[in-house]
Amino acid sequence: MAAVQETVDQVKAIDVDQYKYGFSTELEVDKAPLGLDEDIVRLISAKKGEPEWMLEWRLDAYRRWLTMREPTWARVAYPKIDFNDIYYYAAPKMNAAPQTLDEVDPAILETYKKLGIPLREQEILAGVQTSKVAVDAVFDSVSVVTTFKAELAKAGVIFCSISEALKEHPELVRKYLGTVVPVTDNFYATLNAAVFTDGSFVYIPKGVRCPMELSTYFRINERNTGQFERTLIIAEEGSYVSYLEGCTAPQRDENQLHAAVVELITMDDAEIKYSTVQNWYPGDKDGKGGIYNFVTKRGDCRGKNSKISWTQVETGSAITWKYPSCILRGDGSRGEFYSIAVSNGMQQVDSGTKMIHLGKNTTSRIISKGISAGRSQNTYRGQVSAHRKATNMRNFTNCDSLLIGDQCGAHTVPYMECNNASAVFEHEATTSKISEDQLFYCQQRGLNPEEATALIVNGFVKDVLQQLPMEFAVEAQKLISISLEGSVG
Amino acid sequence: MLEIRNLHVSIEDKKILNGLTLTVHDGEVAAIMGPNGSGKSTLSYVIAGKPDYEVLDGEILLDGQNVLELEAHERAAAGLFLAFQYPLEIPGVATMSFLKAAMNSQRKIRGEEEMATADFMKAVRAAADKLGIPQDMLRRGLNVGFSGGEKKRMEILQMALLAPNFCILDETDSGLDIDALKVVSEGVNALRDPKRAFLVITHYQRLLNYIVPDTVHVMAHGQVVKSGGKELALELEATGYADYKTLAA
Repeated sequence: MAAVQETVDQVKAIDVDQYKYGFSTELEVDKAPLGLDEDIVRLISAKKGEPEWMLEWRLDAYRRWLTMREPTWARVAYPKIDFNDIYYYAAPKMNAAPQTLDEVDPAILETYKKLGIPLREQEILAGVQTSKVAVDAVFDSVSVVTTFKAELAKAGVIFCSISEALKEHPELVRKYLGTVVPVTDNFYATLNAAVFTDGSFVYIPKGVRCPMELSTYFRINERNTGQFERTLIIAEEGSYVSYLEGCTAPQRDENQLHAAVVELITMDDAEIKYSTVQNWYPGDKDGKGGIYNFVTKRGDCRGKNSKISWTQVETGSAITWKYPSCILRGDGSRGEFYSIAVSNGMQQVDSGTKMIHLGKNTTSRIISKGISAGRSQNTYRGQVSAHRKATNMRNFTNCDSLLIGDQCGAHTVPYMECNNASAVFEHEATTSKISEDQLFYCQQRGLNPEEATALIVNGFVKDVLQQLPMEFAVEAQKLISISLEGSVG
Repeated sequence: MLEIRNLHVSIEDKKILNGLTLTVHDGEVAAIMGPNGSGKSTLSYVIAGKPDYEVLDGEILLDGQNVLELEAHERAAAGLFLAFQYPLEIPGVATMSFLKAAMNSQRKIRGEEEMATADFMKAVRAAADKLGIPQDMLRRGLNVGFSGGEKKRMEILQMALLAPNFCILDETDSGLDIDALKVVSEGVNALRDPKRAFLVITHYQRLLNYIVPDTVHVMAHGQVVKSGGKELALELEATGYADYKTLAA
């Protein structure tokens, strides 16, 4: 039997049930009734103690959502979602908002510990990690804790849950919320606007370089519960922040919906680096269960010479529908998108980016690496457009696909729009297969077929891994190996 | 010592080797010559364990161990090395990283400790210097964008570091200019050792001026049809393979 065939069989044989974050936590939960109507929207808003304008904003979104249809243009297939068979709010029972970690349910702390996410500042300082990372931990519908808040406040940085921001800094939220992803942007974003329950809020004042990495860990725990988080990051003039999000979920037989919205705003000379390691439960090897990850992420380079950089490592979810984008409004602004999307088993990925060049001398760079194995389908969909005033804009796109085995698919769908004669587009795309000869060559030097596959895959994704913050690059590399091999790591 | 006895091999139902028998002793450099299609490359692939080839009969023993029972990577760990005629490119994997992964995998299979990174890098740099391989090449993706000569040098570098006890050179002279041929040959000669044996596969006598063999074997129709000393190569250069094409038929 050929070496490639063996590797394919090994990959096939992986019990995706080995998903190591698949455990669930038993907790007393405060849940809204099943389904969605105006009363549920009111209930969510009331639970959060939101101001009246926020409730109106949500109700407006809900009413508009009722008139909208689910998008069907993506290359993914799934049974119709019954939006009335989902719980829109689930929160672990807690006495008001916990002020210290000691007030947080130990079962929740234990969950994050199992996920390898330290929440106690002294533990972080004691140094498992080489550098400090402030964490906002979101469990089902609520944020349970945010670390290093005091230290960040000294620098003037606001890092808290969006619910808290609505109470403490309502003027900031009101000024920016929905200005990048409008309420009616698309079906899932509108649903999110109506029912979002929590998420992170970050505000970096003028001239401040955020003193540490910020990160949010999202965990879906409850059965049949949708997770709708909303993240808003504002970087004022000349500021910088690096932000990372991670996501996991228990292994469940039914599909769960995750429809998040992320909005980023950079003013003059500001920079946001946003990294994602997405590892939602992908379903089992026959495609049963798993998360539907329908996410809208967009950044607005509002100021001159500002920069937004998206880096994503996508290994989880049954279905991914996600296009982190940049609106390059400020003259000289820059957008970047670095992506590794790994699909195995029956996973379906339709992901990519949009770079909308509005301002003069704007530049963008897209590096996408898709790896398909098993019976999965992996699509890159990207749009680059140069508007009338985007004089001297430049885009570089490189989009590579790697196939493992002969039952998976890789697809590339680039859209380009040019309304300015000085615009320059570059597009490179390759599709390759790990060849038997490559595997044999590695094997002749002593690597077994699994190690050889991992080595070739790591070489393939290297350009993107280098973009991740150091601590997470190693983690991401391991995750890719696990997703493809099951036995490595 | 490598012993091949009565080896019959086919690929996709086409018979390539027909009862080949050959012994190469420790310390010996054996040259295999023969016309196109005589089965020389097949022989090297079968010894190294390339999938796709079906061994119908016979055995291959490396120091008494039947290598046909081992997978390719286990054969490598047992001390078999094949310098490829067309070395493969591994994009994004620096030569240094590749070598380290290979070295440590072999050690793991043999139950040995991993080599310390500092010692390893030192050894690689020293070996690269000897072969005239610039340091920056070690940081580039393995064989990506390398010239034919650079690829062959890189094969010899890997051979030097992995320190195998049985080396197969599959048409290492193809695509080399005379200067590169000298460098590569010197690299091979430096590795000659009483405990190490070589099987040098070539079309031309030219290579054997630089890597002087102890024995020369002529292959035709999947068999060794004539064996002799190094003078046999000179003889072949003069007469060509015409006689041998009919000999085994």
